[in-house]
Amino acid sequence: MTSIIRIERLVKEYGSITAIDCLDLTVTEGEIFGFLGPNGAGKTTTCRILTTLTKPTSGRAFISGYDVVDDPVKAKGGMGIVPQYLNVDGELTAYENLKLHGMLYGMDRGTRNRRIKKLLDFVELTDRASSLVSIFSGGMKRRLMIARALLHEPKVLFLDECTVGLDAQTRRRIWGLIRRINQEGATVFLTTHYIEEAEVLCHRVGIIDYGKLIAVDTPKRLLNQTGDFVVETLDNDGGQVRFFQDREDAAQFAASSDRDVTMRKSNLEDVFIRLTGRRVSE
Amino acid sequence: MGAYAVFWREMVILKRRFLRVLGLYTVSPLLFLIAFGWGMGRSLNVEGVGYMTFMVPGLIALSSMSQSFSIAMDINIARFYWMTFEEFQSAPVSSLSIVLGEVLSGMVKGMLAAIMIFVLALCFGAELRVNGGFFLFICLNTLMFASAAVITSMVVKSHADQASFNGFFILPMSFLCGTFFPLSRLPEWAYFTAKVLPLTHASACIRAAALGRDVPLVSLGIMVFYSVLFFSGAVICVKKASI
Repeated sequence: MTSIIRIERLVKEYGSITAIDCLDLTVTEGEIFGFLGPNGAGKTTTCRILTTLTKPTSGRAFISGYDVVDDPVKAKGGMGIVPQYLNVDGELTAYENLKLHGMLYGMDRGTRNRRIKKLLDFVELTDRASSLVSIFSGGMKRRLMIARALLHEPKVLFLDECTVGLDAQTRRRIWGLIRRINQEGATVFLTTHYIEEAEVLCHRVGIIDYGKLIAVDTPKRLLNQTGDFVVETLDNDGGQVRFFQDREDAAQFAASSDRDVTMRKSNLEDVFIRLTGRRVSE
Repeated sequence: MGAYAVFWREMVILKRRFLRVLGLYTVSPLLFLIAFGWGMGRSLNVEGVGYMTFMVPGLIALSSMSQSFSIAMDINIARFYWMTFEEFQSAPVSSLSIVLGEVLSGMVKGMLAAIMIFVLALCFGAELRVNGGFFLFICLNTLMFASAAVITSMVVKSHADQASFNGFFILPMSFLCGTFFPLSRLPEWAYFTAKVLPLTHASACIRAAALGRDVPLVSLGIMVFYSVLFFSGAVICVKKASI
């Protein structure tokens, strides 16, 4: 498989704070890669470096073979970006936002109009094409941002916490869009601190904490390494978590405990707890 | 194409706000024309012409500066509040294209403000000549200040900083750069300070062209120098603000 994102010994420092600490990572064409970690772990900083919006302190990053620092214009040509904040232009209509994007990416008028029509339909905003974006809801703006990022048919799509602040229904709708985008051939690099999002969508997940990549694998393998079952014991100190490979072992432990316990299938939050001793949400 | 896209976005917004913008460009100069032109200066003669005729070129220089520089606040808001400027920064367009698009939009706004004053001034009885030089100098003035606007919008870190910059630099220039009275009336230290400032030379050139006098070539040279300096600085600042 061909790598579409390659990160080599990437470091980003803000004064004495190290936001990214010697990160090495490769994302292959066609996968949905999830970058999972708590707030402040370095996910967005990594995303901003990859999308040429922030300069790294050292190390290198390549998109489709182009160095993001030395060759930013070429690197940007093959990527679509959906940042975590809503940055569609409220003073333009939905159609104008997409038209502006197409012009910035040098698309000819015919292709641009055809893609705008298709993508407005894809994100179910065709009937709002002529409305000013300032009156859109958060979910509508997010969908428009996804359409905008896809307009120039990027090889890789960066989604930075793209479902933050959305209700469960809109989030699931966006997950559906992401799957379809991937099925149509785009590689997706997704940062999230939502466990379910990473589990449901990603072919591979990288777990990042304090700027360090502490694990990379498929969700299934990460869960296997941790143990498929979890028994949580509740006590006054907040509780303890024990991991088990077999259901029977977990059930036996739960039955033998004299305290309140919960037994369940493990998830990526448990992987994070095993690796760091903390929760992603902490 | 990148520069045109940036320019197109600004023009779509300008078109949408056109009547409001025209009103904005009219009210403040109108007050100056009434208060200074009619109220204070009706019977005054300055440098051999009536005060209204003397003042209007200065007012044109001032207003075209203010409106072309006003893009600084728009870019500032687009960078720090709406985050929409990132759409330009993350697109495969050069810093030069972004600056070119933004500066052209600032020039259009400045030129529009100048035209509004010119029309108003004719109604107020100012005797002005329209020639190529007159429009060329207004263009250079708007180029200088639209470029300076891009620089400040990239350098400042907040809306408050932007407002402070306007208060410390743009406002004093508005009154001290030969816009409302001849520089010769200033004390020596203020005279030499004003001579360094770009608006002084814009006022001098625009006034000379509007009154049919010889254009001060030194001032023209200084305007060209500032235009090149600010535009190059703007490209560097946008590049630094991106990767």
